[in-house]
Amino acid sequence: MARPVETKAFTLEEMGYTLFLALLAVVCVIIAGKAWEPQMAIHAAVGAVFAAIGIFLIIKGYNDRSGQPAQTVDGKPNYNLGPVKFASVASMFWGVAGFLVGVIAASQLAFPFLNFDLQWIQFGRLRPLHTSAVIFAFGGNVLLATSIYVVQRTTQARMPGIVTPWFIVLGYNAFIVIAGTGYLLGVTQAQEYAEPEWYADLWLTVVWVVYLLAYLGTLWKRKEAHIYVANWFYLSFIVTVAMLHLGNNVRVPVSVFSYQSVQVFSGVQNAMVQWWYGHNAVGFFLTAAFLGIMYYFVPKRAERPVYSYRLSIIHFWALIFLYIWAGPHHLHYTALPEWASTLGMTFSIMLWMPSWGGMINGLMTLSGAWDKLRTDPVLRMLVVSVAFYGMSTFEGPLMSIKAVNGLSHYTDWTVGHVHSGALGWVGFVSFGALYCLFPWLWNKKEMWSLKLVSWHFWTATIGIVFYICAMWVSGIMQGLMWRAYDKLGFLEYSFIETVAAMHPYYVIRATGGLLFLVGALIMVYNLYMTVVHGEDAESATAGSPALAPAE
Amino acid sequence: MAQQELDHLSGQTTTGHEWDGLKELNTPLPKWWLYVFYACIIWSFGYFLFYPSWPMVSDYTKGLWGATMRSDSIAAYETGIKDRLARAKIPADASVDQIKGNKDFLEFAMANGKAAFGDNCAPCHGSGATGAPGYPSLQDDDWLWGGKLADVYQTIRYGIRSGHSQARDSQMPNFGKDGVLKKEEMTAVADYVVSLSDTSVKGTDAGKKLFSDNCAACHGEDAKGNLELGAPNLADKIWLYGGGSAKVIAQMNVASHGVMPAWEDRLDPITVKSLAVYVHSLGGGK
Repeated sequence: MARPVETKAFTLEEMGYTLFLALLAVVCVIIAGKAWEPQMAIHAAVGAVFAAIGIFLIIKGYNDRSGQPAQTVDGKPNYNLGPVKFASVASMFWGVAGFLVGVIAASQLAFPFLNFDLQWIQFGRLRPLHTSAVIFAFGGNVLLATSIYVVQRTTQARMPGIVTPWFIVLGYNAFIVIAGTGYLLGVTQAQEYAEPEWYADLWLTVVWVVYLLAYLGTLWKRKEAHIYVANWFYLSFIVTVAMLHLGNNVRVPVSVFSYQSVQVFSGVQNAMVQWWYGHNAVGFFLTAAFLGIMYYFVPKRAERPVYSYRLSIIHFWALIFLYIWAGPHHLHYTALPEWASTLGMTFSIMLWMPSWGGMINGLMTLSGAWDKLRTDPVLRMLVVSVAFYGMSTFEGPLMSIKAVNGLSHYTDWTVGHVHSGALGWVGFVSFGALYCLFPWLWNKKEMWSLKLVSWHFWTATIGIVFYICAMWVSGIMQGLMWRAYDKLGFLEYSFIETVAAMHPYYVIRATGGLLFLVGALIMVYNLYMTVVHGEDAESATAGSPALAPAE
Repeated sequence: MAQQELDHLSGQTTTGHEWDGLKELNTPLPKWWLYVFYACIIWSFGYFLFYPSWPMVSDYTKGLWGATMRSDSIAAYETGIKDRLARAKIPADASVDQIKGNKDFLEFAMANGKAAFGDNCAPCHGSGATGAPGYPSLQDDDWLWGGKLADVYQTIRYGIRSGHSQARDSQMPNFGKDGVLKKEEMTAVADYVVSLSDTSVKGTDAGKKLFSDNCAACHGEDAKGNLELGAPNLADKIWLYGGGSAKVIAQMNVASHGVMPAWEDRLDPITVKSLAVYVHSLGGGK
């Protein structure tokens, strides 16, 4: 198809980003010079360098392109896949880093001498580094990669903008670098899962608004009148995370030259806002968004239609309406008013079936294609992720019941619950998606080795089983030890005795984590070999079964 | 609207939409799913009826049962304490010797002491009472303020340098920092002190003389300490702030002074007495 010759011009978009980054660089240099603390000086300097790199990339991009990027090539949409590739590779890197830090932190719990009395690698700093690396760096990049891919494919439209998609992906990873280095340097606002300080929060806000606009812009250009279910989930994730991020980071900086800030809410209000945020980070970041992945990659890989359109509608709206209420179940038996506790608990119970709607739609989509589980380890990974999703979304409502929570809260049971969701659901659905994406993005027929996928699957599965079983046993034992009385009515165990009793389970847990890490390393090797040595697909789209004619 | 198709494998029709090759079936909601969802909603509304649940303008709905986690927990705690005291049978004015002498009292006091030790004493003295640098072991017979039951009881009850008017109190001077002894003199004293329990170190007469002039008033001419003043025995191998000349010099230069709270202010009288009996029983009691 001939397209009209365009004259190349530096677009308004490119100019806007360049000016914004230039201004940012200047501000960063000033802050770096006048910073109160070395940490702030380091971060401002890093910000200035990143801004300069951004400007360089914009200008280089302008020089390299021959005109406006085409919307279609040979009648097919010309998807913007560069940022998707970057985020996919970044997710591999951050995933391995995050799992490794998790293994180290788990080992420190089992063998405290591993803290080595070094402040930078104390458990207290590594723990948020681990959680943020796996949730926001690994999970976040998987979500950026898949959402930008899925929204383009299901709308048959190129994501708008020349710089914008890159700005989202690179800007988000810049946020990760600032946040992660901050933890090691002791920069934290001490809100769980919202540790990055005010300037990192502001930067993420900018990136996130751009992400939302670009996503909506792509949907706006869609060819199909209806919006595919995966996009509802991604969009609810983008909108809600924006709301949560702003709500839980209402803070006043001590000075623009200081990394420190003062929170606006205090006491139980702060706790309530924190867990409204924390729980919905689980709900919308780790559940809704990854359901978006599930809704695209499971039917795609199984080559079957989604089981029930009605179920997807009902469970979507029920899920997002009910989830947002459930936060107070993190604060049972605290200063939180009883009524808030009750609402948190009951809404968690009502959330059970809406959560399971996603599991049913995922699993039942395989009806008629179950035989593929025998031959396709990627599909097996995706299906097992949905099974883990079902298990942890049953366990969650159970643990939200006040009486159960009285036993489980503050114990390792919580940690085990989170990891059955994180390793089993989020981890496996991400791995499954990456195993699909890499061959599609690099135009390969299939993964380099399906055998290695199988090895990854079994290593990681055994690792998860070690992990969650150890945490169930140690958590319930811990809870029971805390409340054990002797025949005269005295506490049977001192706290330190319960800590000592955890040791063998901590060792098993660290071993499970290590197996999970080994699995991820197998994946990285396999993905690398796929890109470098994988067999090329016959045509640009053949690698994806998407455009194969339906029966 | 696009054409609906029949999916032969499931017998369902599709919705007629297609995105990137993906289609959806018109399968109705699974019945069991819907009914369990309804059941959860009904259960929740029932729960709202009986427990505090919805915020109002300046109050909240209390629920028909009037029970809260707070009132339930406080009631359970108070019942526990009452039951325990009913089992104790120890009169409030019983002395530590009376408790030790009565089999029932002793059984209760040992259980009480063990639990209270784990929660209150173990953070410093260790869960096995073996101590840590700066925190004495309670398992040996080397005592700073006396190892008789009455001594232990007094120490626990009023504390050490706790600010209580009855507290054990004493102060070792900062010989180095305040210029009482020169550096060489402190070294001589330290070598002498260490030599008393470590034959590989040689003390000098000068060191012995300096010790006699400066230290013996509290620690005794034989350096065996003074329980009245909490002055440790320096002739044995047990060191509170670490042995060896360097650690001894550090203590002489700027003295560390251990502090223990007056447990009378924090725990009930029976528990304080129980702790004394328990600690006294650990192996070092005199």
